[in-house]
Amino acid sequence: MQRIGVFVCHCGTNIAATVDVKAVAEALGHEPGVVISQDYQYMCSESGQELVKNAIKEQKLTGVVICSCSPRMHENTFRKAAASAGLNPYLVEIANIREQCSWIHKDIATATEKAIILGRTAVAKVHLNTPLNSMESPVVKRALVIGGGIAGIQTALDIAEAGFDVDIVEKQPTIGGKMAQIDKTFPTLDCAACILTPKMVEASQNERITIHSFSEVADVKGFVGNFTVKIKKKARFVDETKCTGCGLCTEKCPMKKVPNEFNMGLDNRSAIYIPFAQAVPKVATIDPNYCMMLKTGKCGVCSKVCSAGAIDYKQQDTFIEQQYGAIVVATGFNPINLDKYDEFAYNQCPDVVTSLELERLMNAAGPNGGTLLRPSDKTHPHTIVFVQCVGSRCDDEKGKPYCSKICCMYTAKHAMLIREKYPDTEVYVFYIDVRTPGKNFDEFYRRAVEQYNVHYIKGMVGKVTPKSDGKIDVQASDLLANEQLHINADMVVLAAAIEPDKTARPLATMLTTQMDTNDFFTEAHPKLRPVESATAGIFLSGACQGPKDIPETVAQASAAAAKAIGLLCKNSITCNPCVAHSDELMCNGCSSCEKVCPYGAITYIDKEFRMPDRTTKVRRVASVNPAVCQGCGACTVACPSGAMDLSGFSNSQIMAEVDAICK
Amino acid sequence: MQEAMIKRAKELLADGSVDRVIGWKRGEFTYDITPAVFTSAEEIDSDFVCDDFTAANVSKYLVKETQKEGKVLAFLKPCDTYSFNQLVKEHRIDREKVYVIGIEGGPKLDIEKIKAKGITGILSVKNEDYTLRIETIYGTQTMPFYEAVLDKCASCKSKKHVVFDELIGEDGDVLDSNRFEMVEKLENMTSQERFDFWRDQLSKCIRCNACRNVCPACTCENCVFDNPKSGIDNKAPADSFEENMFHIIRAFHVAGRCTDCGECSRVCPQHIPLHLLNRKFIKDINELYGEYQAGADTTSRAPLTDYTKDDCEPSVVHERGVE
Repeated sequence: MQRIGVFVCHCGTNIAATVDVKAVAEALGHEPGVVISQDYQYMCSESGQELVKNAIKEQKLTGVVICSCSPRMHENTFRKAAASAGLNPYLVEIANIREQCSWIHKDIATATEKAIILGRTAVAKVHLNTPLNSMESPVVKRALVIGGGIAGIQTALDIAEAGFDVDIVEKQPTIGGKMAQIDKTFPTLDCAACILTPKMVEASQNERITIHSFSEVADVKGFVGNFTVKIKKKARFVDETKCTGCGLCTEKCPMKKVPNEFNMGLDNRSAIYIPFAQAVPKVATIDPNYCMMLKTGKCGVCSKVCSAGAIDYKQQDTFIEQQYGAIVVATGFNPINLDKYDEFAYNQCPDVVTSLELERLMNAAGPNGGTLLRPSDKTHPHTIVFVQCVGSRCDDEKGKPYCSKICCMYTAKHAMLIREKYPDTEVYVFYIDVRTPGKNFDEFYRRAVEQYNVHYIKGMVGKVTPKSDGKIDVQASDLLANEQLHINADMVVLAAAIEPDKTARPLATMLTTQMDTNDFFTEAHPKLRPVESATAGIFLSGACQGPKDIPETVAQASAAAAKAIGLLCKNSITCNPCVAHSDELMCNGCSSCEKVCPYGAITYIDKEFRMPDRTTKVRRVASVNPAVCQGCGACTVACPSGAMDLSGFSNSQIMAEVDAICK
Repeated sequence: MQEAMIKRAKELLADGSVDRVIGWKRGEFTYDITPAVFTSAEEIDSDFVCDDFTAANVSKYLVKETQKEGKVLAFLKPCDTYSFNQLVKEHRIDREKVYVIGIEGGPKLDIEKIKAKGITGILSVKNEDYTLRIETIYGTQTMPFYEAVLDKCASCKSKKHVVFDELIGEDGDVLDSNRFEMVEKLENMTSQERFDFWRDQLSKCIRCNACRNVCPACTCENCVFDNPKSGIDNKAPADSFEENMFHIIRAFHVAGRCTDCGECSRVCPQHIPLHLLNRKFIKDINELYGEYQAGADTTSRAPLTDYTKDDCEPSVVHERGVE
């Protein structure tokens, strides 16, 4: 006979304001098997837990139902409380009457009715709960960092510093990411390369860090503490171990008309190239889309000039497989494509550039050697207009609904640097608001306005029109003066919104991590677990989780590293006992479950069965490895015969819940 | 063709290549044909039959037959080869234990369509240049061959054998069939019309289980409808509206594995067009996940138990449900 205790939490007024908790406790007291039904102010408090523990002991409870917040909040609290009172922790069920009831309803009568149904459902389930026991699984002491920008580099350095091996997978031929393309950093105006490149070198020199450049994650299997990752090393047609990075091949390569992505296509590179002088690893890469040897079989100049014999035109993509205990995602961001913004003439006029393009135009290693010249005619611009929020804080489909966060500050930086270096230049900044929260940020912006006389105008630019004389007509409104402006500009700089890298979405699928509608990775808790994903063992570093500037990115990178180190320090982790198992008498051996299992937990064995007529029969049946199973339940729904079942969420429990809801 | 089949069957039995032969034999009436296992040349000579009424798909019988010792010869029509392959894919048939001879398929005849013409007391039915010459105890009658063809043959999807060890006769091609016409008609109904249609059809069900027992996709060791632990048996009793759930649950169970062999509708004594439920699933799978024919091979991943990044989002179901 079941003896079930029901405990209804007020959660202060979070639940009690919309749900009549006394009525819920009263109604659930009449459910079959329920011997005690109580309500309390804060069930998660010490005294609330005491209430549960005492009831378990005094009433000799065989099952507990807590009607409270989401199980993600306090399921563990109540499981531990039950265990300390001598009840198996898996005989506790949570009915979520807060997130799924009180918070989303306004009417007390309907919310109370629903809370009773949710409680009744949990009671129906707990009738069928069975005691479960956890197992332990070992932790592989190696971390994988996906993305080799400043976030990935910082995370890898911190993890290596703690004494663990760490691999960086970077899809570009070099690590460095976006920060390598930036000229100066706000608010201190120090040179980005001067602070980044030492970190890049440190990463490459650290014995515990392995850099897989020009590589991508091809497949992820396994679970926290024991991921198996397949890494695709893309063919770069150059033997990394032989190339000395001398650069002779890049000089001699006859194919020099390849848009240079490092300089945002503002100049050209050769078909065999090293992205920039401080690249790590400093190894050449052949671009197969342009290399004449790879395309037509005629050329081979690089191979002839390479004294190291590193060129290998026959190189193929290779795959390596490695075990990891933790994975850190640091896939970063890109500026959005501005093709749809016809009003800003980005595609029509070379002198309308994005802010990242301006970084390259102003950089000493950029296309003009650091002198700011118009891309069209290489003359000095005398009037420059900056447009803020291009695609940010946008309510239409062209842009992004969020604030890209970094644009206000880098625009102030650009404006200031231009006024400093070319005092004869007039600089206008059109803005919606100027957002400068951060240490020394507002002071920085005020310096641009007050000291450098940058013209900040509140209002949006309506239309940018290239004129026949090479000038650009910028039509805008000044909202404070309430007047229409026409500025005869030489250059227009667009602060394009930033978005997560396109590789993030397929990666999230492989990692079974969640993303928001903007493709930013979702953290496990927005306040309290900001660098963990909801998937155990997957951590988030940098702009892949949301727009961030460099200091925030580095802070989050180190935080993610700390979380990863915390995991890697453990020798083993407790496994979830809610795993699948197969009823061999029902199993057809059809392989449906094996095919859907994302963790490779299911294998097949030939097993001998004694038949009713005393003959024996050998049948192929499924067998689950409980250490590998993560309890996702995919197999239980794929199984045509219903042989596969999940402990803690059995088919009969789910049926009982559905029946209780529909009663 | 029957003579050639008998000759090969006897040869293979004689040289020890196979131990048993699965084919068909005649029952009480000339059109009453059932699958049968033969173990000797004598049995074959006296009982083996293959004619216009041998529509039964013998693939399913191979599940049990291949669990026994020895090798079995199976004569498979093109449509049967799809079922055979699907069962091999699900590890239900041991391919090593079967010698498959592909034979020409239908169109096969539907005795109910002949009887529907008021023809009774049938002694024999002969196809003479696509006119049926029917000898009855009341004399001779004729009717056009195509008016008596089984529905499943009228919408034949393929004349191609997707698996065989040898062929008797020619191999054909996959056909461009009209098999989804009725499904489209149902899709174009309002939900009330569709509900009425299925209520009308499914309320005829007498739960004889013939559809399940003949279905080559229904080979579970322990069927959920026979298993009190499954919690399904009491959801599909034979005396209420929930009886209809039986067919819907069954359609879900075979979804993605049904090869559209049409046996369910052929054997239904109440003439319920059960194959339409399965065809709706096949049509949906084709539309949502790309063309897929269950049993066309033994290696491809079935769309419902496979995941690709291009899979449709679950919201498509909701969007389609909006009227």
